[in-house]
Amino acid sequence: MNAQELRKAAKEVLPSVDVVIGQRAGFDPLHAEPCFATKPEDVDDFIASPLCVHNLASYLPSLKGKKVAVVVKGCDSRTVVQFLEEGLIKRENVTVIGVPCSGIISVKKVLERVSHEPIQSISFDNETVTVKTNKREEKIPLLEVAPGKCTTCQYPNPLIFDVLVGQKLEPRGSAEAVYDDIREFETKSLEERKEYWEKTLGRCIRCYACRNACPLCVCQESCIAETRDPHWMSQKDDPKEKMTFHMIHAIHLAGRCTECGECERVCPMDIPLGQLKKKINMGMKELYDYVPGINPEEKPPMYVFKVEEDKIEEHELS
Amino acid sequence: MTDKGYLPQDKWEPFIESLSNDFRVYAPCEEDGVITFQVLEKGKKVDLSRPSTSAPKGVMFPQSERLFSFDFKKAPESPDKMAVELDASTNMPETVIIGARPCDAKGFLTYDRVYLEVDPYYRERREKTTVVGFCCNGPFAGCFCTSAGGGLAEKEGSDLFVTEVDNGYFLEAITEKGKKLLGRPMVEDGASHADAASKKQEQASKALQKVIPGDPEPRISREAFESDAFWDEVSAKCLSCGVCTYLCPTCYCFNITDEARLEGGERVRSWDACMFHHFTLEASGHNPRGRKAMRLKQRVGHKFLYYVDKYGTIACSGCGRCIRHCPVSVEISGIVARLTEGAQEDQKAAEARS
Repeated sequence: MNAQELRKAAKEVLPSVDVVIGQRAGFDPLHAEPCFATKPEDVDDFIASPLCVHNLASYLPSLKGKKVAVVVKGCDSRTVVQFLEEGLIKRENVTVIGVPCSGIISVKKVLERVSHEPIQSISFDNETVTVKTNKREEKIPLLEVAPGKCTTCQYPNPLIFDVLVGQKLEPRGSAEAVYDDIREFETKSLEERKEYWEKTLGRCIRCYACRNACPLCVCQESCIAETRDPHWMSQKDDPKEKMTFHMIHAIHLAGRCTECGECERVCPMDIPLGQLKKKINMGMKELYDYVPGINPEEKPPMYVFKVEEDKIEEHELS
Repeated sequence: MTDKGYLPQDKWEPFIESLSNDFRVYAPCEEDGVITFQVLEKGKKVDLSRPSTSAPKGVMFPQSERLFSFDFKKAPESPDKMAVELDASTNMPETVIIGARPCDAKGFLTYDRVYLEVDPYYRERREKTTVVGFCCNGPFAGCFCTSAGGGLAEKEGSDLFVTEVDNGYFLEAITEKGKKLLGRPMVEDGASHADAASKKQEQASKALQKVIPGDPEPRISREAFESDAFWDEVSAKCLSCGVCTYLCPTCYCFNITDEARLEGGERVRSWDACMFHHFTLEASGHNPRGRKAMRLKQRVGHKFLYYVDKYGTIACSGCGRCIRHCPVSVEISGIVARLTEGAQEDQKAAEARS
């Protein structure tokens, strides 16, 4: 990823849009932050590096009525495609600046790797991360401190773009391997899995960062987690309520989740929420042979009705 | 009774364990890489190496709390009538919080000013809780306690203050509650370690430079605060989630709901967040803070203007959690720095020059 090229491309696009959304350096060396550029000098702050962890496409539906250019990685571009499939954005209002991506960092994994010592600097060179803390300097292969989604990334190149910045890259590993983690987890007994999720989801503080960061969570202010009328869920701090919320969140995303991993990245309690969505996507692929966010011409299976599904047997009526 | 104690390294854990015999003990414990304040039980280890993800506020101000329960009962003599039985009894245990950093301990003072006089639930917990603070080993990413009138060795809000020194822990009683803990078994006389501890505290208080002008606390300029353009700019990336408020040691807004079943239920008070759309949604459907810019303005305004008007001090202890854990790095210290009176005058001077 090359920041100079990205800035040049963004500046060329800027006059034809209201805002270009990219990323700039954040409050410390480990964090980038979304940057809403409206002037050429704002674009000068844009960076392009494995620190650019945010799925900026998430902002698109909330900017309805504006002309928006957005910088996307391969995984983020699937969100744009899914928005188009579901009619949540208008193609003519969006300019996609695509950036092929060889992986991003997981802030949590980097911090764990250096025992949470305060970080003084971080730099990237050929998929090697050099982290300096006040006590040491460590060189780490990027994929060792990348989120799970990067290690099996099948879409390093944006699937939809108006401008492409950088060279196209090869997918990592086989498509089959994407769901290896889910299959492995499923070898555990039902009791073990139940215990794991009760314990892990028990940490949830109901901050709804996972929901608000999720580009495909479209219920917005009508989310069942908070509505008073109807009063679906209680505000009690108990594992049952938390479990209910997360299961509903996951099921609402059946055949819609593009596995951008934002739910998991933003969770302050480090709950691996992406696993729930991956499990459901795995089922959607088996049942409907559908992968979300690949083809803007497609319709998600839950949006359409077929009298006879190809892979689902009808119940015999006796 | 002395007000200085000392625990050698090897007595630290047994001392904390022994507290569990008489108190419910909360301490920062790690689980799956996340540190939170948990009830100390067998097998759990206190982890003071870095700040906990969430503040210990839940100990004093639980995320959700039963205010009372209600049961509908049919009167046997006239089945067409319903009687309601209320139970508002409380039974809060004597509690000790171990390992509150100075920013966490100071946070409780923010609640005291609001709740102590008027809220019996809070008061009972507060009176039954002893706060054991400790000299911070930071600063960590996002920390700005020294810009919020605090510091890494500030003792305000702690009943007992712990400083790691001379292969052990120096214990300083700040209040009578703290003094009581010094009378427990294993605690040695600490007088000979006092000098080393005060040196350590002095070092700690110099470890973090101020990032916001204002001494001891920043003061926001009203004029700058009222600019809509400013709030649109700084909130553009905000996701309107509750990470900042729920991890915060000073946010204290709540919601009240009746969680009812057919035959009864509970009235529950639970945390609420001014960043949520629902926070100010009115029954009519109107929402005076319908946009996220207004909500972020409210969060900053509450902490740095409205609370100051009412209580004379800011409602922020600079713990940095809202910055560190924000999904999109909204930086409250940066926002406040831009709004302070000093910064505004500098900007005006710069504009006048150009």
